[in-house]
Amino acid sequence: MTLTAAVEVPRGAFTVALDVAVAPGEVLAVLGPNGAGKSTLLRVLAGLLPPDGGRVAVGDDVWDDVAAGVHVPAHERRLGMVFQDHLLFPHLSVTENVAFGLRTRGVRRAEARAAARGWLARVGLGEMGDRRPAQLSGGQAQRAALARALVGDPAVLLLDEPLSALDARTRLTVRAELRHHLADYPGSTVLVTHDPVDAMALADRVVVVEDGRVVQEGTPAEVSRHPRTDYVARLVGLSLLPGTAEGTGVRLDGGGRVAVAEAASGPVFVAVRPESVALYLARPEGSPRNVWPARLVSATPHGATVRCELDGEVPLVADVTATAFAELGLAPGVAVWATVKASEVAVYAR
Amino acid sequence: MRRRRETGVPAPLLVPAAVAVAFLVLPLAGLLVRTPWADLPAQLAEPAVGQALRLSLVSATLATGVSLLLGVPLAWVLARSRARGRSVLRALVTVPLVLPPVVGGVALFLVLGRQGIVGRWLDEAFGVTIPFTTTAVVIAETFVAMPFLVISVEGALRAADTRFEDAAATLGADRWTTFRRVTLPLVAPGVAAGAVLCWARALGEFGATITFAGNFPGTTQTMPLAVYLELQSDPPAAIVLSVLLLAVSLGTLLLLRDRWLTRSGAAA
Repeated sequence: MTLTAAVEVPRGAFTVALDVAVAPGEVLAVLGPNGAGKSTLLRVLAGLLPPDGGRVAVGDDVWDDVAAGVHVPAHERRLGMVFQDHLLFPHLSVTENVAFGLRTRGVRRAEARAAARGWLARVGLGEMGDRRPAQLSGGQAQRAALARALVGDPAVLLLDEPLSALDARTRLTVRAELRHHLADYPGSTVLVTHDPVDAMALADRVVVVEDGRVVQEGTPAEVSRHPRTDYVARLVGLSLLPGTAEGTGVRLDGGGRVAVAEAASGPVFVAVRPESVALYLARPEGSPRNVWPARLVSATPHGATVRCELDGEVPLVADVTATAFAELGLAPGVAVWATVKASEVAVYAR
Repeated sequence: MRRRRETGVPAPLLVPAAVAVAFLVLPLAGLLVRTPWADLPAQLAEPAVGQALRLSLVSATLATGVSLLLGVPLAWVLARSRARGRSVLRALVTVPLVLPPVVGGVALFLVLGRQGIVGRWLDEAFGVTIPFTTTAVVIAETFVAMPFLVISVEGALRAADTRFEDAAATLGADRWTTFRRVTLPLVAPGVAAGAVLCWARALGEFGATITFAGNFPGTTQTMPLAVYLELQSDPPAAIVLSVLLLAVSLGTLLLLRDRWLTRSGAAA
């Protein structure tokens, strides 16, 4: 059942007017700066905030239709929501928290607790069920919150900045786990985030929201390769390449190797920011560890730089200054050499 | 091990503060000094004392129960409803906090008395008369004490994070379920503190009780009324009753010390 929403909500200086559709099994990231209206959209989808105009539906099930006077309250929507700071009920044990949504929907206590324990085991908290939320670490609490949201088989999963309250190290682990759970989840997922890495790593499709409007929409790769505004370019330039780490080298799934500064192992994402990619017409002197031949596919100017989409063994996105672009005589189809310092390559567990 | 604060207390503040402490503590010390400790067991064994104490405890507890049943929902309405006129409602509800209790007693008498608006109807329809009964004691105490509970619980509700209620709604809980299973447990410390405060206020109630319920031993003569009466006829008995009330009050304070004497447990 596809989630479709076209909603309008006035919000101080501007009106949030967003139009999104999310297919079953799809993860849509809503990416944008703080105050862009992302969380407003999520509150409308959840039924916590009635929209001023528009319609929200899951398949044939209409949740909001302002013209027809329909507003299904939050508690009657089949959805799960994960909040930024988990919001586990402090007076209930972790198991009771996860079982809460089943109990309110009339599932018997023993059955609900058994289902809750099953989900806690799935998120790696099998031993933590009897604890209080205050006794969990941030990462554990967010895993429990995910279990609580998913236990009732919701048609829609809403994630409101699910990783932003976590410290950097925990975020990596929880992000990787979240990816696996989202891959298994059959419903529609809407992920609100201001972190482009979350969007790139977790989403099938990205909408970028600015001042309550969608400024761009597409797959993470499309959006980072062809940013339509400066803001989008700055936000989502990242090239995210899947591969397998072996010490300080990563064998990319698409072929090619990338040298990295920090040793890692197992399945990872390699992230390269476009401003850290340098382009040359001839193979550069010396021996930089990351140097690949490539072909310029497209060039999109934004501000004082030009975003270059490269094709080759290692597909990358590079930002070069407009001056350098002209001096090198770059144009689509030109063969170039791309280099990146190992220290500027980030590695995320996958 | 010297940890002196950078700024001492200036004399213009220190002296009045010391006087205030003496003013608050000396009368209680005086009460304890004048207590006929040797006669205490005998005095406490007096049937009249036991009667007044039992009546006080029962009526204060009933008044607290009624206040909880009616006051917690009222606090929720004041804290959560977005209806207009809410500030007027809050002002009306808290009037008994500042109203002289005697005036409250007169007002109750005019409404619930045998000639009162509601009282006459109760008398004619059901043959029920309220004034000068134990029921009247409970009503008078509830009238005076419930606002303490309402204010305390409303404060706790306002301090509570409403996003927990949002989370409950996304988990299928309607507002009533959310109130029972999430909101109420979250503000339970505030409710408990409000209930204790309410109970202590009800226990000490004098003005509204004597006006509306009278002073009949066994049915309406609570401890404070007994103290007042004994002071005129048998001062040592009044002192003993007073010490007993003081002990109950100190017990109440001890019960709440974590919440009030250290300002840490404020926003639960």
